[in-house]
Amino acid sequence: MSADLLGIATIDILLFTFLVVTAIAIMHLRNLFAVVMLAGVFSLLSASLFVTLDAVDVAFTEAAVGAGISTVLMLGTLALTVREEKKPAHSVFLPVLVCLVAGAALIYGTLDMPAFGSADAPIHLHVAPAYIERTPIDTGVPNIVTAVLASYRGYDTLGETAVIFTAAIAVLLLLGAGTRQSGKDGSKE
Amino acid sequence: MEHHSILRVVSKLLIPPIILYALYVQWHGDYGPGGGFQAGVVFAVAFILFALVYGVDEMMRILPPRLLHALAGIGVLIYAGTGVVTMLLGENFLGYNVLAHDPRHGQEWGIIVVEFGVGLTVASVMMSIFIAFACHNPPIKDEGW
Repeated sequence: MSADLLGIATIDILLFTFLVVTAIAIMHLRNLFAVVMLAGVFSLLSASLFVTLDAVDVAFTEAAVGAGISTVLMLGTLALTVREEKKPAHSVFLPVLVCLVAGAALIYGTLDMPAFGSADAPIHLHVAPAYIERTPIDTGVPNIVTAVLASYRGYDTLGETAVIFTAAIAVLLLLGAGTRQSGKDGSKE
Repeated sequence: MEHHSILRVVSKLLIPPIILYALYVQWHGDYGPGGGFQAGVVFAVAFILFALVYGVDEMMRILPPRLLHALAGIGVLIYAGTGVVTMLLGENFLGYNVLAHDPRHGQEWGIIVVEFGVGLTVASVMMSIFIAFACHNPPIKDEGW
């Protein structure tokens, strides 16, 4: 049992180390092509962390959307703009201050949360057992995540689908609806 | 990319299993991980891979942007329409219990239908956004990167 825990801890520490290293590399690099690739790596590492938390549905989404399609879309954006980040014109003091204050506030917010993995956390006392108990009776769907997503929280998922649709409308309004406007000779500035 | 024979052969081998996997995730979401969102993205990725290797014009011949835009809207309408149907059958909005002879089967039917709507919207939206980006620049030359 303790060997298992040690293994899990090792994997977690390794993944978090890689995550931090990737984040620092993203901050330092000016070549946006490398940044996009590292952002994909970051997403893949997050997906692995979700797997270690047994959240395979979330991990699947993160791997497919974050590491997969976002990378392609960001590369498409890069092809429309430049591949080198400009040097910031103003001092970095104010952004650093904002980040530190926001980070400190977020950490302060976690202080009164239940300990990680605590069995006494409110969610494990009322919400989760209720869903585990009710889902087979109410829906007969073996994957509780799917039942929660599509049935119990059907309104939320409808809203998310509408958000995706709205995002498409916004992008198409900005970029044009997929007809070749710029000449094929690449004469566009 | 006509002369990249390795890319063309590998993508030809990869695209059918990717589409098959997307369909598996879509229709098997009740039992395993996944559902409409993931399936839609994986399905779109198969066509985006095709467009990356064979050119976006080839992809637009198979899936014209107008069709994709319509499908994106239809997906949302399928989802919201399921809610309207359950209302007409005397339940709450998206209360699937009335969709079949007993509540549990109604729930299963409702979940499958709305997940299909989600998958349709996500796949069409991802492909439309990709086409919108890809249409704006001429294909990048090999030495461009």
